[in-house]
Amino acid sequence: MDFNTILQILDSTLRLTPPLLLACLAGLYSERAGVFDIGLEGKMLVAAFFAGAVAAVSGYAWVGLAAAIAASTVMALLHGFASITLRGNQLISGVAINFLAAGGTALIGLNWFRQGTQTPQLNGSARFSEITLPFADSIHSIPYLGPIYADLLSGHWIISYIAFLAVPFTWWLLFHTRFGLRLRAVGENPEAVDTAGISVIWMRYRAVIITGILCGIAGAYLSTCMNAGFVKNMTAGKGFIALAALIFAKWKPWSAMWACLLFGFLEAISIRFPNLEIPGIGTIPVQFMQALPYILTVVILAGFVGKAIPPKAGGEAYVKER
Amino acid sequence: MTFMKTILGTASALALTAGAALADPAIIFDLGGKFDKSFNEAAFEGAERWAKDSGGTYREIELQSEAQREQALRRFAEAGNNPIIVVGFSYATALETVAVDFPDTHFAIVDMVVDKPNVRSVIFNEHEGSYLVGMLAAMASKTGKVGFVGGMDIPLIRKFACGYVQGVKAVNPGATVFQNMTGTTYTAWNDPVKGGELTRAQIDQGADVVYHAAGGTGRGVLQAAADAGKLGIGVDSNQNYMFPGHVLTSMLKRVDVAVYNAFKDGSDGGTWTSGFNVLGLATDGVGYAMDSNNAALVSADMVAKVEAAKADIIAGKIMVHDYMSDNACPVM
Repeated sequence: MDFNTILQILDSTLRLTPPLLLACLAGLYSERAGVFDIGLEGKMLVAAFFAGAVAAVSGYAWVGLAAAIAASTVMALLHGFASITLRGNQLISGVAINFLAAGGTALIGLNWFRQGTQTPQLNGSARFSEITLPFADSIHSIPYLGPIYADLLSGHWIISYIAFLAVPFTWWLLFHTRFGLRLRAVGENPEAVDTAGISVIWMRYRAVIITGILCGIAGAYLSTCMNAGFVKNMTAGKGFIALAALIFAKWKPWSAMWACLLFGFLEAISIRFPNLEIPGIGTIPVQFMQALPYILTVVILAGFVGKAIPPKAGGEAYVKER
Repeated sequence: MTFMKTILGTASALALTAGAALADPAIIFDLGGKFDKSFNEAAFEGAERWAKDSGGTYREIELQSEAQREQALRRFAEAGNNPIIVVGFSYATALETVAVDFPDTHFAIVDMVVDKPNVRSVIFNEHEGSYLVGMLAAMASKTGKVGFVGGMDIPLIRKFACGYVQGVKAVNPGATVFQNMTGTTYTAWNDPVKGGELTRAQIDQGADVVYHAAGGTGRGVLQAAADAGKLGIGVDSNQNYMFPGHVLTSMLKRVDVAVYNAFKDGSDGGTWTSGFNVLGLATDGVGYAMDSNNAALVSADMVAKVEAAKADIIAGKIMVHDYMSDNACPVM
């Protein structure tokens, strides 16, 4: 395997990772605040649909992105209302969001555009275009560093850069601000937060809204960056892989990035080498590579590699003592 | 009593005419969806053309899940629809059971053989059409490397791939052909994100023409090829218009003709025939698409060579190996 091949695989990894990473960080905010969210998949799907649909109608990708964030946040608030205010079961609410999204997007798409369940194809400004970083062309000739900068780091969509910048931002917000401390506290010990005179309910709602925004960006990436339009069920399980990455990363932002990069890398490998041959072992079927993220997560959950301890108050609705 | 008989007779005659009026043809699309811009859309166009020409109406359903196959088929048959066309190889099992239960209803299946007296099995010589677009790909390629992206990994799609590789090698024996299948489940027909990524990987490796046989997934393949400034090759329907200047040609598989003929033969005054119906180059059942969108991409010289090969295939001078005849491909 030469340098160019490695570069191309890593480039493919960077294209495949952003939706996972954004969804993973989305889950991180929600779960750190004590609201389990298995509806990441559904929120992404709704966002992908509205990004594709609104971008097609308006002709602007940015308008599509705004619509995606709005739609995803509405779904997030629905989950919040069911699980925070009504104190329903958070897992059931999440499953409901997924089903609602899968059926709802297809139904609305069918009646809106009459092109099956798809949205019209996006062209020009209705789609995000790839960004070339400054000096990418001029330093391309420098051996190794040039191609790494120009081919690998440059030439991605704006959302890709947002996704990776969201990692240090999340780390700073959660671990270095008062807001972050409180957010983590409502996920660990909501009684203590309540005692301090802070509204647990409002904190959790804020976390859920952030989740909605991030899932919205992730969905827009699928339909207006990677693809040119929405197709039925286009998230194809990415929300669940993101959830697996979140557990794999033990609910930490930097680890989340590495976990998502690893899962993105595995996907890139399986795309580049459908039948990977490893000397001494033989041919590894593509299905194994695709299942690997889930296998790794199960291994982590089973406690073989360290322990994944979820936020203590996760999954429980907060009932104020009287 | 006689009066009663008359009434009953009239009533039954009425019922019969009512039944005849109900006997619209029906078509069931596969999971890729009616608007996949490819296989199912070709079938839809055929049905629409029949409706326009004959002034008749037809019933249709798009499947949402595997479980609906037999259910949809049975419902149309029970409602008296005749003939009923199913589009896609995946219907074989469902059709085998339902066709026996409704011996008076005519069925047609595209892409698969169901050996029942009331079933017409329409199959295409996709390997011949793929051979021709393979030749065009090899002639258009500057790098000597071309790609193929298949949908679900099944013998039918390998048949496309095998014909394509044979065509490529006929022009340029030293050419490299990258091949990827999108997946092994039905979702592989509708995953343009994966299709696009597979195409990018092939382009990264030097491919400059990529042919897809992947239904809705192909939308992502053609998109990725166009984004990278390379050429894609469409399939089933004429997809040249999707990215003018970036789609070299399309391998036409006239599913529309199959559906049109089945509707025509099965309706009043038509002559229905059951059994095999093979559509190949000789009957224009497969071919390659030329129109204003790709005129600048395909030179007269290229067309001449492909036309010569086409004539040779029809005359039997070139034998294109059919993957499905022995589940093997000599060139891969």
